[in-house]
Amino acid sequence: MSEQTVSQRVQVNVVGLAKTDYRGNPSTLCQGCGHNSISSQIISACYELDVIPENILKFSGIGCSSKSPTYFLNRSFGFNGLHGRMPSLATGALFGDHTLRGLAVSGDGDSVSIGMGQFKHVLRRNLRLVYIVENNGVYGLTKGQFSATADIGLNLKGHGTNPYMPIDIAWEALVGNASFVARSFAGDPKQVKELIKAALSHNGIAVLDIISPCVTFNNTDESTHSYAWGKEHEVALHELSYVPPAEEIMIDYEPGEAREVTMHDGSKVVLKKLEVNYDPTDRAEAMRILEEANARQWLLTGLIFINRDQPNLLDIYNLTSTPLNRLPESRIRPPSETIQRVNEMMF
Amino acid sequence: MSAVQIQEQEQVLTEQKAVVNDFSITVGTVNGSGSQTSNLTILRSLFRMGIPVSGKNLFPSNIQGLPTWYTIRVNKDGYLARREEQEIMVAMNQATFTQDLKAVISGGAFFYSDDIKLPVIRDDIAVYPMAVKQLVREVNVPAALRDYIANMVYVGVLSQIIGIDLDKIFQALNFHFKGKTKPVDMNFEIVRNSFDWAKANLAKQDPYLVEPMKATEGFIMADGNTAAAIGAIYGGLHFAAWYPITPATSLAESLLEYLPILRKDPLQPSRNTYVVLQAEDELAAIGMSIGAGWAGLRSMTSTSGPGLSLMAEYAGLAYYAEVPVVIWDIQRVGPSTGLPTRTAQGDLTFAHFMGHGDSQHVILLPGSVDECFEFGWKALDLAERLQAPVLVLSDLDLGMNQWMTNPFKYPDTSIDRGKVLWESDIEKMRGEWARYREIDGDGITYRTIPGNRDPNAAYFTRGTGHSEDARYSEDPVVWHEGLERLKRKFETAKKYVPGPVIEKSDGSEIGFIAFGSTDAAIQEARDMLAEKGVQTGYLRVRAIPFSADIEEFIQSYERIYVTEMNRDGQLFQLLVVYFPQLAGKLKSIAYTDGLPLTAKFVYDALASKEDF
Repeated sequence: MSEQTVSQRVQVNVVGLAKTDYRGNPSTLCQGCGHNSISSQIISACYELDVIPENILKFSGIGCSSKSPTYFLNRSFGFNGLHGRMPSLATGALFGDHTLRGLAVSGDGDSVSIGMGQFKHVLRRNLRLVYIVENNGVYGLTKGQFSATADIGLNLKGHGTNPYMPIDIAWEALVGNASFVARSFAGDPKQVKELIKAALSHNGIAVLDIISPCVTFNNTDESTHSYAWGKEHEVALHELSYVPPAEEIMIDYEPGEAREVTMHDGSKVVLKKLEVNYDPTDRAEAMRILEEANARQWLLTGLIFINRDQPNLLDIYNLTSTPLNRLPESRIRPPSETIQRVNEMMF
Repeated sequence: MSAVQIQEQEQVLTEQKAVVNDFSITVGTVNGSGSQTSNLTILRSLFRMGIPVSGKNLFPSNIQGLPTWYTIRVNKDGYLARREEQEIMVAMNQATFTQDLKAVISGGAFFYSDDIKLPVIRDDIAVYPMAVKQLVREVNVPAALRDYIANMVYVGVLSQIIGIDLDKIFQALNFHFKGKTKPVDMNFEIVRNSFDWAKANLAKQDPYLVEPMKATEGFIMADGNTAAAIGAIYGGLHFAAWYPITPATSLAESLLEYLPILRKDPLQPSRNTYVVLQAEDELAAIGMSIGAGWAGLRSMTSTSGPGLSLMAEYAGLAYYAEVPVVIWDIQRVGPSTGLPTRTAQGDLTFAHFMGHGDSQHVILLPGSVDECFEFGWKALDLAERLQAPVLVLSDLDLGMNQWMTNPFKYPDTSIDRGKVLWESDIEKMRGEWARYREIDGDGITYRTIPGNRDPNAAYFTRGTGHSEDARYSEDPVVWHEGLERLKRKFETAKKYVPGPVIEKSDGSEIGFIAFGSTDAAIQEARDMLAEKGVQTGYLRVRAIPFSADIEEFIQSYERIYVTEMNRDGQLFQLLVVYFPQLAGKLKSIAYTDGLPLTAKFVYDALASKEDF
């Protein structure tokens, strides 16, 4: 066997890892679940970005969505926390070693029902975390109850008609001062992957509200969380391509046809113009377009808003270059001669 | 009364034998009127005079307007528990004037602000009207500060009548205002004027006097929350998340005060080696602290009962997923909002079993301010050694009041990070290590920490059933064995937790068991009992799990009175659970009304149970 055939069989990326090195355990979610598709895109994105899995911390809450961190990046540390309380867990953990990146998976129940409080607060703190909400409008593990993002008037078998207005996760993220807000659709894997890459390059919280159909409980054609509805109603703000730092932009477009958003790490997100020339750095425009999307029954996808200037939580705390969790005793226990001074400070 | 009668009355009062350095002073004021400065000034000046002294703030849950009391006990023999008798009362609050007047013991002294125009209906006490308004008017003070400064009048008048040294008052003010000349001078001026006014206008009619001693040498004065915070800083604390709640707030605020002073990094002095984060609620505070503990930070949170309730679910997860974290619970009176500014020991059973399913948490129980310091650093060691939550239960009295205490002692052992594997360790243990695999037979497994770059270091942490290698598992055998190992770990904890403080009394039939801030009252009650010929042993529990010496202690007495500040006898309950064979010897003295325990209560309770 020649060397060439070996390398063809085990293709590796720049950091010498094969795609299999980014895998997790086999999924135990339903066949066709949108969440599985998102897990695959996380694996692809990390592989293509040459991410070292040990540099990622995975987090999740409780629910179908929150099971999925087991299904990707086995070589990353992960913590499956409590229902609705993943953001606090991630907040504390990411102080351990500031060189690590957080990647969280939550669901609509986990983030905007039980977890609305923590969701909102992690946004305002701008924790450097990729925050994926796998949004399917139902509680799957408890057999199909309406979630807070379910459409008003939606009928679900065994649960009647939903009488309440839905919560819009992208909208909540935007008004909650998230510094990166995107929406996507599990049925549009290419966009999901490019958005995950962009999110990993963002120096703050990156919320990805991904409509991820529940094939078992909420996939009827009239549900806005179904594959059929998504395919019919998806309106992409732009065609989005992620270009890693120091790589040349190879995408082919005419002048004025695209915008480039330069990320904190030098990478670029190229947004190729589709219907309108959308500017994701304009917050007022982001709010307006979300309203319009609701009025026109669009599944609006793409990078809705980005603010690259907001300092992230760790920056605010001005920590030592050595990760806190590796500081030796001499740097965390005050020297013995200080104790006398302390006692003198008391009365 | 006729003039002759008054004269006779005064005669009686002045003929009383002087009572020196043994009485209580209670000051009744309006909450938010700045009386805390005055009260602490009296307390500290007495301490500086070398007289053992304690001060307790009995305050309402209110910012401004409701009645509040401060009670100071002066005792030459060093008994510093709260007393039920009030020898000296200072009444500055019209709303409680009549009640305060009644509270003074016969032969006691009653000071009051003379703008309160209520009848002084008692003739068995010394009465001192104080010209507060007039004295305030005489000093040049901005109008906005007059109400605050008014409380300095009683400091001056009291000092003159009972003999507090004005130099010591000055020192106390200087400490309080951190050496800032302007407020020190302004306050001291009114104290001195009031002192002089009292000298010219009031004749001493009561027997109470203070005289300098040397009994406070080698002691400091501090509160438990400050001590706990500084202790944690010496414990190498990296991370604290918290949410404001009385009476725990001052613990986190002390971290914010002392960390910048004490934790200057030797290598990067302009950077921080710690994080203190005010969370949105206690659910988040514990979540953050557990995340940090998991990521290898020395991590803690501090709260009180209601906050502890909110932390239960995460504490249960940390117990089962084996994540180190320290939780300080500064207990107040529950259930519900209860009496949020009053003290109790009512969280013990809840804290111990906090979580669903089977859980037993390690608990530390500091009984003095210097122990709050010690447990401040020790708790962090224990949490990492045991890879588990460690709860430290203090209370409002210990946490917020000023106590005369031993100075803080520098930790006598190095920081213990427990069984942690970094890259080189993983290499050495290859093939042998799995996150939840027991290797040493003590129930404690080896953990890796996020940031460890070895490709085999990572594991997935979860609250669901997991195998030795941290994989999801619903296997009955795996579940059972995992939980049994946690029980073994709890046994191992006995080796590491602080043992009880035991004072044996050979030949006596009666023993006390207690914990926490009731120590002073129990010690005093034991001396009162000894005077009556009733000798008692005493064991102060300092941790759960209970060690073997607690069992031995119970065995060596006929009757053990488990004495505590709650309704149900929670320590009593736990002792019965862990030593069922000795349950017959255990009796409960449990009482809670929001006030710190008194020796008299303990004495009376025992006397009635023992029938003497």
